[in-house]
Amino acid sequence: MIQVILPAHLRTLARVDGEVAVNVEGQATLRSVLDALEAQYPVLRGTIRDHVTLQRRPFLRFFACQEDLSLEPPDTPLPDAVARGSEPFMIIGAIAGG
Amino acid sequence: MSKVRVLVGTRKGAFILTADGKREKWDVSGPHFAGWEMYHVKGSPVDPNRLYASQTSGWFGQVIQRSSDGGKTWETPGGEAMPTPGSMPAGASNKFVYDVSPSTGKPLTTHQWYDGTQHPWEFKRVWHLEPSLTDADTVYAGVEDAALFKSTDGAKSWQELSGLRGHGTGPKWQPGAGGMCLHSILLDPSNPQRIYIAISAAGAFRTDDGGKTWKPINQGLKSTYIPDPTAEIGHCVHHIAMHPSRPGVLFMQKHWDVMRSDNAGDMWREVSGNLPTDFGFVIDVHAHEPETIYVVPIKSDGEHFPMDGKLRVYRSRTGGNEWEPLTKGLPQSDCYVNVLRDAMAVDSLDSCGVYFGTTGGQVYCSPNAGDTWAPIVHDLPAVLSVEVQTIQ
Repeated sequence: MIQVILPAHLRTLARVDGEVAVNVEGQATLRSVLDALEAQYPVLRGTIRDHVTLQRRPFLRFFACQEDLSLEPPDTPLPDAVARGSEPFMIIGAIAGG
Repeated sequence: MSKVRVLVGTRKGAFILTADGKREKWDVSGPHFAGWEMYHVKGSPVDPNRLYASQTSGWFGQVIQRSSDGGKTWETPGGEAMPTPGSMPAGASNKFVYDVSPSTGKPLTTHQWYDGTQHPWEFKRVWHLEPSLTDADTVYAGVEDAALFKSTDGAKSWQELSGLRGHGTGPKWQPGAGGMCLHSILLDPSNPQRIYIAISAAGAFRTDDGGKTWKPINQGLKSTYIPDPTAEIGHCVHHIAMHPSRPGVLFMQKHWDVMRSDNAGDMWREVSGNLPTDFGFVIDVHAHEPETIYVVPIKSDGEHFPMDGKLRVYRSRTGGNEWEPLTKGLPQSDCYVNVLRDAMAVDSLDSCGVYFGTTGGQVYCSPNAGDTWAPIVHDLPAVLSVEVQTIQ
């Protein structure tokens, strides 16, 4: 199971506390993890990536193992530690305001 | 005994204010969806416990919420987890996809950007939700960039009524300061095929065939801030209102000017009369007196606050031109709030209640058609919208 950390507003929207765990068939990539996350929590569709283009929303970023994966292609494999479930995949809202 | 339910959308959540028919003691519920911009919350005339809400965020985009118990609990239509792992999620209640040209597959049209260049349509948020007069599962959504969408399955899915964007004037539409938003939707209770909408800054439009075809209804408007003051398109309409008993009579608060049409928008005439300033955002009609209308004059397009620091509602009992200030209970010094376009509403109790919300977080109620006012709440986040349900 892959551990995913969501921004607080999306945790509220999905009605979950803390990290969520998703099961990915095959290789864990940005795309496959987000597909699994949206399948498990359909309310998140459109809030992380666009419904049609599947592009990341501009004010969100993806991190794992202290690496910024935001600009990586969607089929980029996630680090082994994320695939094993020992490190989380993090979806983070861009910081804005003071 | 009758009661009223006031639905308030703010920059940081939604609030529900309820009172009995006296409208003196209020119960405040919220914030619902704390931290999110709640552009609009509105109840179904068919089923008052069916509410629809537009929840938006610059980070996470659009969410549509629905309640079936008057706002006690909420759900995202179609957003529930799928029972079978791996099955396709059904959640599409926040999927607003613009139609493309059926012949070319390309975008239907572009619109004018602030600098006059052409710009593609980009969905940003839902400004206004208008539930059907006859079916609780049917609801219209006015969105930015300006378009009209319709759902017939309780907001689970949305289809554009693209005859509006596609009728030919789309390339002349341009965003106002608040964005290119479709903010007003009026359903004609006497003719289910007729809908009025208004867009900043394009103007007002009407369909007489249920949304298939549309035409601009801006004749008589004069806007000195655009190159051709009497152009067919380009007027910054801030809000339109009508009384359900006379759906052919429309009232408009334009960027500047308060206007009136007696022929379903085919021709407008100015009724600003003796208003101290005819800039403003809201306009509404008394529940039982179709010739009694309300506006909140704002100083100017560059100074979005009341004149002289005095918050005054103006009432006309003659359908415009002759206006009286209503000040009892409203701050008459050092008040520099704004009242945004969807932030005024009326109830339909025998003594008509009038309500409005401010960017300072106050929601005022007048239980006597504007004669006196009192704040229901005074420290909410900036108020974006106010709707009222009268519940028997």
